Amino acid sequence: MGIRRGHQARPVEWLAEKFIFLVSLTAIVMVFLIFLFVAREALPLFFGETNTALVQKPIPTADIDKLTPAQLQKYLELTPEQFAAMDKDTLKSLMDVKQEAQDEIPEEFRHDPDANINTTEWRYLLLPHQWNHYEKPEYIWQPVGQIQKYNIIPLLVGTLKTTLIGLLFAVPLSVGAAIYVSQMARPKMREIIKPTIELLSGIPSVVVGFFALLVMATVLQKIFGYQTRLNAFVAGIALGFAVIPVIFSIAEDALTSVPRAYTQAALALGASRWQTAWQIVLPAALPGVFAASVLGFGRAIGETMIVLMVCSASVMSWSIFDSARSITTTIAAEMAEAVSGGPHYRVLFMLGSLLFAATFVSNMIAGAVIQRFKLKLEGKR
Amino acid sequence: MPKLNPPEAKTNSPGSNTLIQIESLSLHYGESKALKNISLTLGEKVVTAFIGPSGCGKSTLLRCLNRMNDLIDNVRIEGSCKIGGHDIYSPDVDVIELRKRVGMVFQKSNPFPKSIYENVAYGLHLHGSKSKPEIAAVVEQSLRSAALWDEVKDRLHASALGLSGGQQQRLCIARAIAIKPEIILMDEPASALDPLATARIEELILELKKDFTIVIVTHNMQQAARISDQTAFFYIGELIEFDSTAKIFTNPAKKQTEDYVTGRFG
Repeated sequence: MGIRRGHQARPVEWLAEKFIFLVSLTAIVMVFLIFLFVAREALPLFFGETNTALVQKPIPTADIDKLTPAQLQKYLELTPEQFAAMDKDTLKSLMDVKQEAQDEIPEEFRHDPDANINTTEWRYLLLPHQWNHYEKPEYIWQPVGQIQKYNIIPLLVGTLKTTLIGLLFAVPLSVGAAIYVSQMARPKMREIIKPTIELLSGIPSVVVGFFALLVMATVLQKIFGYQTRLNAFVAGIALGFAVIPVIFSIAEDALTSVPRAYTQAALALGASRWQTAWQIVLPAALPGVFAASVLGFGRAIGETMIVLMVCSASVMSWSIFDSARSITTTIAAEMAEAVSGGPHYRVLFMLGSLLFAATFVSNMIAGAVIQRFKLKLEGKR
Repeated sequence: MPKLNPPEAKTNSPGSNTLIQIESLSLHYGESKALKNISLTLGEKVVTAFIGPSGCGKSTLLRCLNRMNDLIDNVRIEGSCKIGGHDIYSPDVDVIELRKRVGMVFQKSNPFPKSIYENVAYGLHLHGSKSKPEIAAVVEQSLRSAALWDEVKDRLHASALGLSGGQQQRLCIARAIAIKPEIILMDEPASALDPLATARIEELILELKKDFTIVIVTHNMQQAARISDQTAFFYIGELIEFDSTAKIFTNPAKKQTEDYVTGRFG
């Protein structure tokens, strides 16, 4: 009889299980949908369907009947839905607008060799190009003006610069703090330090950016004496502040969960607290500490506001004391002014998918590395 | 093969030299008193067993001998504990030096998540050994002394966590003796092992007592009877009786001791 009573709870358990499964499934579906949407907007770029050449041979409006609907749609840069909703007169006036646009091109650009280039081709997106009036080939991101330049290398370099500076600043500090809090601090001290550092993560990044813009930039310039007040270095340090609580929190958990037996064994052998923490506890917690750093990397590379506020000139320079513009910053700052469906818009979505893919791949690699660390620690490799 | 024992150890008969001298030692955890006025003298190169029911303070006393209790907050210690004539609780004592002289093996085997070789070599690195051949020699010798060499010599650089429980515990013993302590404290070293592994550890202890002074906490009466020369019986923080093992197990002076060793309580 007692056994049968279990039946009553089962439908609820079944429901709960299915519900949890659905929730996790939703998360997976969401990730794929977001990627699909972002990548779809960038697709025309991959198929070479965008053309930014300034000088294009206009088709006389009178020739409208000689074009197939598909050709016409492509010529007028319309989506199939837009195209279907328009009658012939609207299409004609759009063709007139095209014609006028070509007529209005200033004389000096008409003979500019760059005016015939489709700047959204891969070689202009990725390789340096010697633009007219420039002395040597250069990487330039300049999505405004008559000839729009979409070289994404300055943005990649800017992203790497700020992210790496942020991590170089944040990882040692937060892992050090985590070691101190988990291994050395008295319980009272721990109760003060831990929540305080974790409180840092509650500060909106706009506020961190504001602080960096007004205070840190000035102070750091006084200390290091570089020329550009707002640069990748300041942005990186500010990013570091945003990343520290993330890394600290997870690294501290990882260090705390190292069995006390290891610590005791090391101390009983005559190791000091420092030696124990550094030589025994940290290596044993390495998978967790590494995972914390990877999460910090994800937070840093995705952080928008801080870099946007502190520096945003898209100069191509490896110097950390020059300005930088990250991918996220570019998307946030330019998406509002990019014409929907236009080349600029497509390139921005391409950057978005690139960021997504980079994060995805780095997480996968990190996962594999962590797995190796773990197996090695457990002696299974 | 160099001897493991420190040079000052003479060839006197076991137990003739006093090594550990505990005088009216009391220990408080905050308000509660865990050890009450313990006095005990242990000689060199003897095996002493601490027995008694759970919570009687035998492990606490063991941990007093290498000051592992320092790690716990709110511990207060009165009285004195001398090793080789020096009070180990006097302010000028270097805890690291003390722990080098007083090694410890824990209840649950706790090898580091490193290779077998690194586990044994770690203590040597800590205490400043640099030369590789010298370290390799000591590692081999320690593993031989711990009766583990033949089982691991082909996989010295494999992880220590791949060993069986009994092997891990012998590795911990090898790790402890690698830095050539005078005293080895063992806190129920075989309580988590199967009978065969336990037998090997016991053989090992009998072997090690030629070179080391051993203090062992055990819950296993037979084990205490088999391996120790002297036995101390504790009950609720007090030392009830301390005498030769033969006497404690055959003709104890106190009724409580007799009740415990015959299994009437505890």
